[in-house]
Amino acid sequence: MLRIENLTKIYTGGVQALMNVSFDVPKGQFLAVIGLSGSGKSTLLRCINRLIEPTSGTIVWNDIDVTAASDEELRRIRRKIGMVFQHFNLVHRSSVLTNILAGRLGYVNPAWSLLNRFPKTDMENAYKQLERVGIADKADHRADELSGGQQQRVGIARAMMQNPDMILADEPVASLDPVLAHSIMQYLEKINKEDGVTVLCSLHFLDLVHRYADRVVALKEGILMFDGLPKDIDDAKFKDIYGRDAERVG
Amino acid sequence: MKNKKPNPMRSFGTGLLVLLALIIYAYGFQVTKVNLAETKSERRQEQLFRILRALARPNIFAYEKEVFEVRVPVMIPCPAEGFTPPAVQNPDQPYMIVTPSCSDPRSKVLVQGFNFEPQTRGPLNLVPHESGVNLQLASIEVDRFGQFEATVLLPNRPSEESHEIVAITRRNIGSPHLTKTAYDTWDKIVETVFLALLATTLGVIIAIPLSFFAARNLMKEITSTLTGMSLSILLIPIGLYIGAQFASLAEWVSRTMVGNWLIVAVGILGFPFLLTIGMRWALPQQETQTPSAGLKTIRLSTLFGLAFIFVLLLYLISYLALTAGSALGDALGNLGFLGFFVRDLGDILNMLIKVVVALAGAGVLSSMAGKWSESLSRQKGPLVRLSHTVLAVLGGATLAALLLAVIYWLYQFRDAQLYFIYAIVIGGALGLLASVLTKPASPLLSGLVVYYVARTIFNALRSVEALVMAIVFVVWVGIGPFAGSLALALHTIASLAKLYSEQVESIMTGPLEAIRATGANRLQTIIYAVVPQIVPPYISYTMYRWDINVRMSTIIGFVGGGGIGFLLQQNINLLNYRDASAQMIAIAIVVSIMDYISSVMREKVV
Repeated sequence: MLRIENLTKIYTGGVQALMNVSFDVPKGQFLAVIGLSGSGKSTLLRCINRLIEPTSGTIVWNDIDVTAASDEELRRIRRKIGMVFQHFNLVHRSSVLTNILAGRLGYVNPAWSLLNRFPKTDMENAYKQLERVGIADKADHRADELSGGQQQRVGIARAMMQNPDMILADEPVASLDPVLAHSIMQYLEKINKEDGVTVLCSLHFLDLVHRYADRVVALKEGILMFDGLPKDIDDAKFKDIYGRDAERVG
Repeated sequence: MKNKKPNPMRSFGTGLLVLLALIIYAYGFQVTKVNLAETKSERRQEQLFRILRALARPNIFAYEKEVFEVRVPVMIPCPAEGFTPPAVQNPDQPYMIVTPSCSDPRSKVLVQGFNFEPQTRGPLNLVPHESGVNLQLASIEVDRFGQFEATVLLPNRPSEESHEIVAITRRNIGSPHLTKTAYDTWDKIVETVFLALLATTLGVIIAIPLSFFAARNLMKEITSTLTGMSLSILLIPIGLYIGAQFASLAEWVSRTMVGNWLIVAVGILGFPFLLTIGMRWALPQQETQTPSAGLKTIRLSTLFGLAFIFVLLLYLISYLALTAGSALGDALGNLGFLGFFVRDLGDILNMLIKVVVALAGAGVLSSMAGKWSESLSRQKGPLVRLSHTVLAVLGGATLAALLLAVIYWLYQFRDAQLYFIYAIVIGGALGLLASVLTKPASPLLSGLVVYYVARTIFNALRSVEALVMAIVFVVWVGIGPFAGSLALALHTIASLAKLYSEQVESIMTGPLEAIRATGANRLQTIIYAVVPQIVPPYISYTMYRWDINVRMSTIIGFVGGGGIGFLLQQNINLLNYRDASAQMIAIAIVVSIMDYISSVMREKVV
């Protein structure tokens, strides 16, 4: 359960990325965040695990105030929130296995992880996650040897290693072709439906929103423009969100 | 097409610029004392050619020489009865004929030589009767048929007895062999290469950790409250002291142990075992629950004890290396340097333990200060406000006093006490001002302060030529390659730390963000997201620096820093251009080989 209240982010230089955004996400929901590029989607997702420090407002997650958390508390919050990125953000020169094990860094003792030592259970879990996303044979490959779709699957496996209660997906399919996009979205859907993990996913294409999301919030220039079911986005709402001149595609 | 109109103002401007450039170059000619007349003077050209020819014949190979003398009698003046020289005994051996075979003083005679060693040269002397004196008449050059001819002026040495004309030539025997210069050059070039190796290794080891402090993208994220900064300033000196005391205690314990070999053996074998078990218990691999305060305390004290055992173990190892190394060095004979290397490693370890433990003590205390101040800043109330102010005043005063202590050490001024009081008052006042201007909880960019300090030090150090540093080190450790390698190492640290840190600044931020999002702490983020990205550029910069160090080490000897530069400078000063040439060739060969090796390795690794 996530509650966002009056979240505002103003970057140094005066750019208002988020203005008084408030909404709740119940546990187990698949929430899509839509809006034009630069509308504040990425900022919103990053404020939730405080990769970006909010200017004001509160974020409460599982009854913990994220915005007021100390470093140690933040570590415990972040390790239960997986994150998937548009550009996958894998460490290119490390092996796929190391990239996936990195998902455990919030759990393992820092002293041991510095020596690249992970508990046996984590190693087993890593192989299980690899199998789940269908690239078990790539464990020893360098991450940059993989194709885009495979890299994003590693990204999902890394997030799943965290045993998350919630996944923040920042345009996870924007740099993939449509076929791969659907396969990645299906993985997220599976995680959402089978494991009951809450998913917040920013998306560009409305057909993906209609196909996968339980609910949609739309941002325009940092302001929450829409909060409702995907089927409620009609032409008028669409023009509100994407501007007068926008054409519907897909 | 653009319509180009002639613009008088513009043309005038261009003309002015050209004129200005001319003036600048004219002044440049004057300042650098360009002197074309000198370059054309015959004397200078002759000297130039002489040196170039000497340089073209490096003194590397030489023949064993045999001195070969051929004699023929001559009478000055002709005796009344006339003079017939003895007939040539063996026309296959070298011989000379003088025509005429007797003559008046100061008259000319023709000396012809036959069957000499072709292409040799030497003096043609007159040896007056039984005098043993050599009066040089001419220099002879034997042609390729083994003959020479010289018309010489006889000296004014009238005598009843016959003199001798002696041709002295030198003949090569056997095959060419390496000269002493070649051997010396080889010795020194080996020294040079290893000097560069040690300097690069030492420089890299120190530059790698320092480079992170000079990376803006890592440091700007580190913030702390004013309270935290003040606490750190107060606690770092205390931490250094405690760490040093901790190490001293361990050293003392190790001293009492080393009397008995059995105890040392048990320690060296048993402590690692104890450490592994203790670490396993005190640092569980992962925990889902927050441990209780009691458990935390027990763990912390266990870790403290383990740290003590670890330092003790290090002292024992250094002691073992020292004694075993010396014994091995004496016993191994020719390979003794291996034993002495072990001994020196033990010595280095012994010296480093105290420094590292002191730094670790400072690190532990300042990180505790950070944690404590973070939890403090979360609370509100007059007590927080008060501690914020008091700590800021104390921190400012301490910092000012420490800075003044450095200045005092350098300048040794009088009335030090008074100045210290001034410094403490001013520092405290500045701390008070800072505490008024900031809120207890507001984060300050303490990381950026470290960044700017580190950058400034690196830039300042880098701008000092390694040759100048070598002069200082020569004073400290004496003339020789050790001084040179220390100077090069210092220069390497400064320049590599800067180059490395720029690589850290240019890494991709995506992986960094992803690793942070998993809940990794700062150190884990560096190991998992930063280090994999910077390995290739670090290796390539290290190679590049190794290249530079080899080149630098060839001239560091100019100021007494060891290596081949010492020989080179000596030979240039003594005008032994042929020897200098041998050394220059050696440098060229080594530098180009290093260049080749490093480019091959860079391709392989990166």
